[in-house]
Amino acid sequence: MAHQAKLTPEQFEELGKELDALRKRVIDDLGEEDRKYIYDVVKWQRGFEVAGRGLMYAGFFPPAWLAGVAALSLSKILDNMEIGHNVMHGQYDWMRDPHLNSRMFEWDTVAPAENWKHSHNYIHHTFTNILGKDRDIGYGVLRMDPEQKWNPYYLGNPVYAFLLMVFFQWGVMLHDLEADRLLSGERKWSETKGVRGRMWHKGLKQTLKDYVLFPALSGPMFFSTLAGNVTANFVRNVWAFAIIFCGHFPTGVESFTEEETENETRGQWYYRQMLGSANITGSPLFHILSGNLSHQIEHHLFPDLPARRYPQIAPEIRAICEKYGLPYNTGGLTKQLTSVAKKIFKLALPGKKQPSTPPSGTVEVLRPAA
Amino acid sequence: MLSLLEALATPHGVDRYLELVHPMLTVRAVRAQVTAVHRQTPDTVTLALRPTRTWKGFDAGQYLRVSVLIDGVLRSRCYSPANAATKGDHIELTVKAHPDGLVSGYLHANAKPGLVVDISQADGTFRLPAARPDRLLLISGGSGITPVMSMLRTLCAEGHTGDVTFLHYAYTENDVPYLRELRALADEHENVHLVLAYTEATDGDLKGLFSHEHLAQAEPRYKEAQTYLCGPGGLMRGVRELYDELGLGERLHTEEFAPAPVAADEEATGVVTFARSDTAGDNDGTTLLEQAEAAGINAEHGCRMGICFSCTQVKRHGRVRNVLSGDVSTEEDEEIQLCVNVPVGDVTIEL
Repeated sequence: MAHQAKLTPEQFEELGKELDALRKRVIDDLGEEDRKYIYDVVKWQRGFEVAGRGLMYAGFFPPAWLAGVAALSLSKILDNMEIGHNVMHGQYDWMRDPHLNSRMFEWDTVAPAENWKHSHNYIHHTFTNILGKDRDIGYGVLRMDPEQKWNPYYLGNPVYAFLLMVFFQWGVMLHDLEADRLLSGERKWSETKGVRGRMWHKGLKQTLKDYVLFPALSGPMFFSTLAGNVTANFVRNVWAFAIIFCGHFPTGVESFTEEETENETRGQWYYRQMLGSANITGSPLFHILSGNLSHQIEHHLFPDLPARRYPQIAPEIRAICEKYGLPYNTGGLTKQLTSVAKKIFKLALPGKKQPSTPPSGTVEVLRPAA
Repeated sequence: MLSLLEALATPHGVDRYLELVHPMLTVRAVRAQVTAVHRQTPDTVTLALRPTRTWKGFDAGQYLRVSVLIDGVLRSRCYSPANAATKGDHIELTVKAHPDGLVSGYLHANAKPGLVVDISQADGTFRLPAARPDRLLLISGGSGITPVMSMLRTLCAEGHTGDVTFLHYAYTENDVPYLRELRALADEHENVHLVLAYTEATDGDLKGLFSHEHLAQAEPRYKEAQTYLCGPGGLMRGVRELYDELGLGERLHTEEFAPAPVAADEEATGVVTFARSDTAGDNDGTTLLEQAEAAGINAEHGCRMGICFSCTQVKRHGRVRNVLSGDVSTEEDEEIQLCVNVPVGDVTIEL
């Protein structure tokens, strides 16, 4: 849905400066506390991982198996989201720690860091919600925006979404092949050589670890451990899918065209990031488990600030939105997920084009006080 | 066994789990624990370190990188061990606290037994050749004493019989680290000659700055010697110029330490060097990414606006200004985003 610019050029300029100043203030304040925080999360993650792997040996006892799955699921969720996603954004590069550095880090999932960083950090975060440029709109398989031209393939929208949820780690990995562009001939198979090589290498290592080595080491518990590891990966898949789909797809999140984003100023870029993202409300623990992607708006404004800072600056960002009369799209997980699910079903059908005004009740449009 | 553990610990590696038990427990990472601290002179601190078994030892004269955590940021500096290289399971560092030195200041103030620091394997071409030269002249100034001290100690430990002259420059006698040991070594070993030059005191063997006369007095047969030199910029330049003049340039081996970046300048000055591409050009004031591209280097990049970190490269040394924040940084071996940093003076990028 193409939108009309809501601000004057002067306001864009001012918005850009205000957000730049906020960013600088946080950067100047980074230090020991931020390091301690991320290392605490790392310790919890490694703790859950060791506990989860260990409990699988007692997998004959159902409560132990369940506890093992829970611990391993938590480990993978923390590893992928609050640690992996954020570290690979360069949020902790200022610490100069080679182990938590965007260029060095690998996460506990099949998608190789290097492939993912290109499609995510560069393509998605630079061209956020620009139709035809941001490949995260529907990930090349779904119709998530009415502006995507309908064809009968999209009748399967809910089925594709379900499969993507179940096999999310593989979906994220295969995303970097850009299969739709291979089919349309925009991208040659030979161009994907490096990408494929890394996928093969990483996918093999992850599969070997979760589905061969750890089960084999547990001897008679082979199948119980295998089932536990499959389940933990599944739980992580569903959770990550749910959080990520709430980031840009709830009703009211706007998309943009290539023409209107040409020669964007800094302020206009910030504006697009704010209008193109949606938050999820929840407890501090929920925010950690979502990798603070529940603060998608703050994350898209400042993708390289440590995520623990997002909840801290959220009230200010919200106030800025209010000041400029811009929407600050937020809501509980159930509300945002329902909204996304509805969209997945609705856009499976051709339907007539929707007006760009968001339906009431899903988006809080904040107006300046009269 | 190790490869099985590595396969189980993928993608993080075994060390990331072991370090949660104890940081000195490693299979690949190289770390060292401080075992003793003492202060020989007012502005230096001498640390005895026990490295992990992953440390491969060093040759006399080489350096290693030491990283310490200061306010959440891992800061690294290079130091040359001063102990004999024959003791590979031990590292002795003498660190001078520079007024603006973050790491040296930290170590001087905070190092105590038990502290674990990250270290690198030893590196550097400034080292004694395997075939020890018959006649050696070791020249040092200030805290540049450490690599040549290691050479001297190594030679003595090996029972080397060739002549070794140790010429050291300091402000006064109180500023000479290892003074007692140096004197003892000179007494015990007939082939070792100690020459102390003081720039601010008259009670040394020599007085003032390095000169041709100093050289001739310290080692009359300097033309036959291999000279190893480490010290502050002024001393380095003085010796280098004289040796070149005398046509002895090839017999002089040097170790630069703490090269000072040039002062900040509003106008675009200096030379931008892309080390791996072996390309250099005048700084034109644009971002490093643009300058790399102008030099014909295909630099990896993405957003060109500082958000995606695709263009991050290591700056070996030099001063850069971040165009987003305006911050100027002079750190060595620092990772910077090429698309939002402009050089201020001479800069060398690992690209």
